Amino acid sequence: MSRSARSGALAGAFLLAFTGLAAAETVKLGRPALPEEIKAWDIDVRPDGLGLPEGKGSVAQGEELFQNNCAACHGEFGEGVGRWPVLAGGQGTLKSERPEKTIGSFWPDTSTVFDYVHRAMPFGAAQSLQPDEVYAIVAYLLYLNDVVPDDYVLSKENFPTVSLPNRPNFYDDDRETTEKAFWHATPCMKDCKPKVEITSHAAVLDVTPDAGKEGDKPAGAVE
Amino acid sequence: MNQTKPGSRVDRRRFLTLAGLAGAGAAAGVRPAAAAPPTPDPDIVNLPPWTQALGAGVNNHPYGIPSPFEKDVVRREVTWLTASSESSVSFTPLYALDGIITPNGLCFVRHHGGEAEIDPARHRFMIHGMVDTPLVFTMEDIKRMPGRTNRVYFLECAANSGMEWRGAQLNGCQYTHGMIHNVVYTGVPLRAFLDAAGVKPKGKWVLAEGADASAMTRSIPLEKAMDDCLVAWAMNGEALRPEQGYPLRLVVPGWEGNMWIKWLRRIEVGDEPWGQREETSKYTDLLADGRSRRFTFFMDAKSVVTSPSPQAPLHARGPNVVSGIAWSGRGTITRVDVSLDGGKNWTTARIEGPALPRAMTRFYLDFDWNGEELLLQSRAMDDTGYVQPTKAELRAVRGVNSIYHNNGIQTWLVRSNGEAENVEVS
Repeated sequence: MSRSARSGALAGAFLLAFTGLAAAETVKLGRPALPEEIKAWDIDVRPDGLGLPEGKGSVAQGEELFQNNCAACHGEFGEGVGRWPVLAGGQGTLKSERPEKTIGSFWPDTSTVFDYVHRAMPFGAAQSLQPDEVYAIVAYLLYLNDVVPDDYVLSKENFPTVSLPNRPNFYDDDRETTEKAFWHATPCMKDCKPKVEITSHAAVLDVTPDAGKEGDKPAGAVE
Repeated sequence: MNQTKPGSRVDRRRFLTLAGLAGAGAAAGVRPAAAAPPTPDPDIVNLPPWTQALGAGVNNHPYGIPSPFEKDVVRREVTWLTASSESSVSFTPLYALDGIITPNGLCFVRHHGGEAEIDPARHRFMIHGMVDTPLVFTMEDIKRMPGRTNRVYFLECAANSGMEWRGAQLNGCQYTHGMIHNVVYTGVPLRAFLDAAGVKPKGKWVLAEGADASAMTRSIPLEKAMDDCLVAWAMNGEALRPEQGYPLRLVVPGWEGNMWIKWLRRIEVGDEPWGQREETSKYTDLLADGRSRRFTFFMDAKSVVTSPSPQAPLHARGPNVVSGIAWSGRGTITRVDVSLDGGKNWTTARIEGPALPRAMTRFYLDFDWNGEELLLQSRAMDDTGYVQPTKAELRAVRGVNSIYHNNGIQTWLVRSNGEAENVEVS
């Protein structure tokens, strides 16, 4: 660390509120961001609604927009096409052999739908939708997932009142307590088990690309 | 550039043809030599063309490319995994690599909206949100920042080995473990930029965002951002490869690869996480009871034998080397054990070369192979005392629906003909 950077860090310890200014003056690199510049990039939306733009859209408007912009990959009812993501349904499948992780069955926050549709959809034409259009598409997706009725109009004002059903089922990483057996173990080195049997062969599935058999949909996937 | 004289291209073609023939001769010639009376090796007694004729000039490949005989050492895609190649993954050929550094051209690639091609002169990096002075930096500004550093870190996708939760599926460590690479990053601590902008006392999280067509975002705790995250522009001494985020990426040591935002353009400081797609609908770990863990940032200790493995069979009995890699997002690899009998008995392997924190570590076990079938495994430990679990131990805690963070012990069945297969054992 350079002397100037270190003195900046020390100043920060004593003058917390002025750290930034002091360090910026010390480093003298970069320039202040203009409000218009921040507005252009600051598109993120949080679960508490922070970042939502002004606007509104109805389920009916959303249906039309969805059929024109989204259905080719996600299906007319969010059921998915090919290997593109399924967006609706899947309720009650999270403990099953093939969990279907949709907006309605899995996603915790409505804000994520708004943020992601606005930021990255339609695939190949990102950030081409206007706020009212995004509200409408989100409204339609909520309707497809039985979260709102078919005459619903989603807006910045009522957004925080719409919660997704699986929200309570998320909790923070607890590996250090639930998996504590993986720590401080003294691994066995000799005669660790009486016998060893092969329980599973990759060759049975035969889905490795070089094996020349592609196209089948095996269990598990990168999402 | 004067790189091709009229005759040199012809010479090169002849070189390749003859070399290919000589290679075939060698493969056919060596084995009979063991059984029949010794005959002179044509590769020794015949002067090869590369010794007689001039090779190509120094600027034949101004950037350099691997030997044509290494043409199979490439990244590979598993097309059935995803709906489109722009949102997919191409895997590192771990079986063919050695040491701890991954060559830049072989570092696995994972995109969510395709590879952004960015003119560095037009790239901007913004710090804003709960800061005293929102700032914008050009690439030139960034490269003038004090505190530039070089650090070796592994980058592993949280979904690495994710296709193996329900059982052995893919034949080759390229596919089962190839969503990892390890390079030297050159950059500046993210802290330097946050300090320059002045984080307000309420700031507890940062949102990092990329400039690609997915505008990839992840929330990162401020503590981590201020600790060891880097804003990096070079890997292994050269500019980032476009597929690795050129001109700028975030380095988040030891934490899941999805957080290492490529084409980094924005850091926002806030008081809460943002609940973005990549930290709610993806990269949360669904457990057997239907509930999900979130913020599972650390990549736990893990290892894999890279050779022998399905793509790197054994060729001969007698002396052989088990080679593999180990890593831990929580710290430094302190020990790797290898089993040849499916986990019944273990031998501590030799860690060779640097064992750096949150970096890939290479291990070897020299052994004599008598042609017996092997059930080959490796088990990593780190300096927090974490021991890589068996797949059964992992499944007992997490079930099989997690997708992410599968760090269970891998088994290769090596048959008496030397070929290997991905299997699981009791």
